[in-house]
Amino acid sequence: MTSGPDPSQKHQRREHGLMLALVSPALLVILLLIVLPVGWLAWQSIYHDGLTLENYRRVFTEDIYWRSFALTFEISLAVTVIALLLGYPVAYLANSVSKGWSILILSLVVLPFWTSVLVRAYAWLALLQRTGVINQFLRYLDVISEPLAMVHNTFGTVVATVHILLPFMVLPLYATMQKIPGDLMQAGASLGASPSLTFFRVFLPLSLPGVLAGCTMVFVLCLGFYITPELLGGGRTVMVSMLVSRNVELYNQFGAASAVAVVLLLSVLAIFFAVSRFISLDRVLGQK
Amino acid sequence: MTMKQNFGLGCALLGAMGLTTSATAAEQITFVSQGGAYQQAQTVAILDPSAKKLGITINQDSIPDAWPAIKTQVGSGKPIWDVVDTPTGYCLRGGEQGLIEKLDFSKIPNAAAMPEAYRSPYSVSYEFYSSVLAYSQKTFPKDAPNSWADFWDVKKFPGRRALRNHPIATLEAALMADGVAPDKLYPLDVDRAFKKLEEIKPNITVWWTSGAQSAQLLNDGEVDMEMAWNGRVSAVAKEGAKVAFTYNQGILQSTSLCILKGAPNFDTAVKFLNEAVDPVHQANLPLNIDYGPGNPKAFETSVIKPERAAQLPSEPANAAKQALMSYAWWSSPAGEAAEKRWASFMQK
Repeated sequence: MTSGPDPSQKHQRREHGLMLALVSPALLVILLLIVLPVGWLAWQSIYHDGLTLENYRRVFTEDIYWRSFALTFEISLAVTVIALLLGYPVAYLANSVSKGWSILILSLVVLPFWTSVLVRAYAWLALLQRTGVINQFLRYLDVISEPLAMVHNTFGTVVATVHILLPFMVLPLYATMQKIPGDLMQAGASLGASPSLTFFRVFLPLSLPGVLAGCTMVFVLCLGFYITPELLGGGRTVMVSMLVSRNVELYNQFGAASAVAVVLLLSVLAIFFAVSRFISLDRVLGQK
Repeated sequence: MTMKQNFGLGCALLGAMGLTTSATAAEQITFVSQGGAYQQAQTVAILDPSAKKLGITINQDSIPDAWPAIKTQVGSGKPIWDVVDTPTGYCLRGGEQGLIEKLDFSKIPNAAAMPEAYRSPYSVSYEFYSSVLAYSQKTFPKDAPNSWADFWDVKKFPGRRALRNHPIATLEAALMADGVAPDKLYPLDVDRAFKKLEEIKPNITVWWTSGAQSAQLLNDGEVDMEMAWNGRVSAVAKEGAKVAFTYNQGILQSTSLCILKGAPNFDTAVKFLNEAVDPVHQANLPLNIDYGPGNPKAFETSVIKPERAAQLPSEPANAAKQALMSYAWWSSPAGEAAEKRWASFMQK
């Protein structure tokens, strides 16, 4: 508060210069490993014996591409909503209990992170399939006579994807909630508001940046999901990433695959741009 | 376990040979196959003995799907692989696109002696497998489904079904279910095949994408019958699952050997190609894994016992019950169009 604007600005500039120098090796790696390949990818999508927009025309006019994009957005939306409904109470609980308990809760959230996505997908297969644990148990209890079809369809895909992406919802939520001063709630209470009223009028609005951050993370990650729908989708749940791989593996169409990938990448960037109008992006990415 | 020992010994031998002959510029090739138990079996049966006999070094690489790599390697102008073992269709398609070398069969006498249907200008059949109708013996203890017409008959054979998420062999099965004789399939009537597939589509629980997945579906009882590769079914059966399959109306498919255009060791690769389809080496393959030899002369070597031969997809009597896949048709424009049509069929 006491420092003048001038020296602080100079200091900031110097700091920025130093930062830039420090990150330059990383920037170089990113250039070599991400920017160049993505550029090459984009080039492939428009070049085939001369410049052509044929690949993009197909992406935007052929209905199998439309269907895949629509399905991918639907699934991502469903996963995001479910993850929010499941993740919010968990983050709230972790935020309101004592330090020890909150560490325990957060560890339980983060623990699955260290298990491979493939293993978790197979675990869901073992739980949900016709002869899986859940169906066997329900049949043992005589709740059902025929096994439920919980896997090899969109349902199985959504369940497993929610499980895998849940930490990406809980952690930003928790980080935001941590920063909401507890005395605001006390102030609300002292003014005579019931706990539920303080929650809805004070706590919930203040946690909205976390909600937006978590939803963006989950939604965007879900857009690119591959192995889970491949294993649990039964072949009919064709998400965009699967279109990319099928175009390469089955139809040898690198150009078409690149075009799909570029469109997916652009939609992700568009989402990030839209979100950045509402909150600072490092809240989404860095959980500052 | 003995296979592993042999494998190690083979590697040691190869290494030793590489060392001793390196003074005289040892001939070598890089050979690529699909890895796993299959590549181990061929190492014991074919690769090690061939290397020993020819006095060359065979470097191995493995990749589940060689096609994109072939395309990029040859496209870059400097391929590092010489010989690939890959589904025959890729050899043909690659040949047409200038990615695969044309073969001079006068230099490959073992292949020249094989039936014409088993080779192409660019490739030689290396081993056979079959897309068969497999079923759970728990669901069908007797009166099991025995034809694709049975597979399509959901009233007589109720149960959950799976097919491969790929048009190759699936369209053939659909046409046979519709009454087309196995030897009258090609050129495929694609419209008729897709129409027949629409019929069974609501009853398909899973469209599988990997062989391991198909085996797991049958083993776990997730489906009651499915199209699967014979080796996958017999592997599950050996582990004790109550599953079986029929060669009746199976679709006999092969992987072939072909040489990359501009392969660094072309001459040695041709020598190896001839050696790899030698009847005795070929006869050794089914002693290590449930695939049939690509060279039918292997059945005349007395290496394969009759009861073992009877289990193999390319054994003449078994082959006679099946349809021989025409890779030439699948790599024709009509075949490629059918392949593309598959994606929209799946997503409708």
